[in-house]
Amino acid sequence: MNLEILGISVLWTFLFGYILVGAIDFGAGFFNAYSLLTGKQRILTKVIQRYLSPVWEVTNVFLVFFFVGIIGFFPKTAFYYGTTLLVPVSIGVILLAIRGSYYAFETYGARGHKGYSFMYGLAGLLIPASLSIVLTISEGGFIEMVDGAPVLDYWVLFTSPLTWSIVVLSIAATLYISAVFLTWYANKAGDVEATDLLRKYALIWSLPTIITAGGIIFELRRHNFEHYSNIQTFWPMFLISFILFIGTVWLLWKRRSYGWAFGLLMGQFAFAFFGYGASHYPYLLYPHLTIYDSFTNPAMAISLIVAFILGLGLLIPSLVLLMRLFLFNKGYVRGKKDFHA
Amino acid sequence: MGNEEAVFYSRVLTELTLSFHIIYATIGVGVPLMIMIAQWVGIRKNDEHYILLARRWARGFVITVAVGVVTGTAIGLQLSLLWPNFMELAGNVIALPLFMETFAFFFEAIFLGIYLYTWDRFENQKKHLLLLVPVAIGASFSAVFITMVNAFMNAPQGFDIVNGELVNINPIIAMFNPAMPTKVAHVVITAYMTAAFVLAAIAAFRLLKGSDHIYHKKALYLTMKVGLVFAIATALIGDFSGKYLAEYQPEKLAAAEWHFETKENAELLLLGVLKDGEPKYAIKVPFGLSLLAHNNPKAEVIGLDQFPEDEIPPLYIHYLFNIMVFIGMWMVLLAAWYWIGIKRGWRSVTTKWFRWLIVLGAPLTIIAIESGWWLAEVGRQPWILRKLMRVEDAATTSGQVDLMLMLFALLYIILGIGSVVVLRRMFRKNPVERELEDRHMGKGGDVQ
Repeated sequence: MNLEILGISVLWTFLFGYILVGAIDFGAGFFNAYSLLTGKQRILTKVIQRYLSPVWEVTNVFLVFFFVGIIGFFPKTAFYYGTTLLVPVSIGVILLAIRGSYYAFETYGARGHKGYSFMYGLAGLLIPASLSIVLTISEGGFIEMVDGAPVLDYWVLFTSPLTWSIVVLSIAATLYISAVFLTWYANKAGDVEATDLLRKYALIWSLPTIITAGGIIFELRRHNFEHYSNIQTFWPMFLISFILFIGTVWLLWKRRSYGWAFGLLMGQFAFAFFGYGASHYPYLLYPHLTIYDSFTNPAMAISLIVAFILGLGLLIPSLVLLMRLFLFNKGYVRGKKDFHA
Repeated sequence: MGNEEAVFYSRVLTELTLSFHIIYATIGVGVPLMIMIAQWVGIRKNDEHYILLARRWARGFVITVAVGVVTGTAIGLQLSLLWPNFMELAGNVIALPLFMETFAFFFEAIFLGIYLYTWDRFENQKKHLLLLVPVAIGASFSAVFITMVNAFMNAPQGFDIVNGELVNINPIIAMFNPAMPTKVAHVVITAYMTAAFVLAAIAAFRLLKGSDHIYHKKALYLTMKVGLVFAIATALIGDFSGKYLAEYQPEKLAAAEWHFETKENAELLLLGVLKDGEPKYAIKVPFGLSLLAHNNPKAEVIGLDQFPEDEIPPLYIHYLFNIMVFIGMWMVLLAAWYWIGIKRGWRSVTTKWFRWLIVLGAPLTIIAIESGWWLAEVGRQPWILRKLMRVEDAATTSGQVDLMLMLFALLYIILGIGSVVVLRRMFRKNPVERELEDRHMGKGGDVQ
């Protein structure tokens, strides 16, 4: 394996991490706001808050890590994506900012402020949509080179069915992932009512998730045939992903082993995500930028990898401690003791 | 929108984001240390007031951290969105500290979450202190690494340019550039100082507004004492920074000092205004600049005459320099006065007007931080990478920067107002007297 592939694999893994924790986070915010609207707040809010509170800041770091890492390993991405993504990413950042700070405002400053909760829930749903534009653009066809500088063609972007399928997928997947996780979490907390409600949401959102995910593969056939044919060569990964999806839904249907259901879901998304990434190889931005012509110099690549390994040595034990204290601490999960400062 | 306008709006947007971010970032770097000190003093003296102090600061800190994190994310992305050409070039050399900063940030985020949500879970207060150590380290090291990136922009090194291409890149040498020691030290120490004086202002304000509780007096004494130490350290490092500039970035020092001609026995100008390119009404300190620059009253100091006109930074940075230095000196004086006054039992330090001066210290130190950053950044003009890349060559070619500027301005207004409102409400609704009472009744003193 060469350094380029190592670099992109590390970053892809972190992006996957962000998508998982981010989806749980965004979806939870939405379900919380939705429960306020439908008067089911009593059932959901406690479970959601208990999970989110100690980890809200950590979620954000995964994203920062990804974009700092990609500029580090592939500095040319700054030129192509930086120039073209000003508007969609700025909007994403503004939504993230409103969401992140209003979460803190609501949780620590003004409990039960409905306005904050709504802003929080709505922003959370729009963020995956605004950030998933990056994935659409990476498929090529939306960027033109004018005087040596890339320019994004908004008209083509917004009239493309591919764009909207990816937007719908990002929202549906967010709600699906989040609902499955929270079902498990609520079940661990012994909260029957919340478990039932969240299980229902999970089942509802499973369908649009799998339909759009499948649909996108077929839209790629028209949009980027090279990518489409690459996907064919990775078909076993997508098949496994689909089988795991069936497994999750089946377990949820049978109200059985929610922990396993979430595990299968992680597997489903991992196979699909890495299959998608691998079939995108070697392009970072089709057809302008490959991982080879944008890779940083060897000295920087090696020092980044060393820093990365040392950093993980610090992070993994800390994350394990965080999970043991909260996610896997029975007393905490069941809400027997609340020790927040 | 032409490229010139894109450059202009990109500069305004970057300045706006950074100016807003550094208020929260400075507090974010300094306050964890203060919380740690309070917790430690509380354990050592076995005094629950200090433990409560740590807890209440931590609670307010969450709000500032939230705004700091989200605006930090904004500036992190804006670097690539607004200055794509710069990031493409600099990314090759300086990505390492940028990357390490995210680790420091990660580390801090994890332990802050743990600290906040395990309050009172452990019997032993020392365990809580241990949780604070990584928070404070993570916060300070984020500042260290990110300032290294900024220092690199002032003194780029760690590469060779052959035929317009960067070769022989050494990320470690790029990190440890000549601007790094003074810059990092100055940023970190002033953050500690600012946090101490901001917290002192809160304590003084509570004392002024009727509460006469011993808790606030302890808080005031602790923060002013810590503030004094860091204010003195700031002045010392400021002096080193001057010497660094004289050696490596003479045009910045010369512009800040309105030092037009290269000469020996150079005098230092304080205050004054610029009329037709000539300083008027300035207080001149003979030999001052030679002393500041080289520790030798007779030394020669390079003036602006040594630089081509299009490489001279704007001369208004002189005012920023004065604001920063005068506030710094004033805070040393005020804190020393207070500290000696308490030791000697002077009446003056417990009077109302003196406490108002302490309250005023909070906005003043924030202004000093802002002026210092503007001085450092504007003083580097016209370069984004000194002697390597000019600002106008680094900016985006996108046509929508003005619209984004408006959106972000709106965002910062919302965040600014929101954070102030929430912080005020948090502490208004739960004054320390009540929280102490609640704790004694075993209720834990939660804000509900």
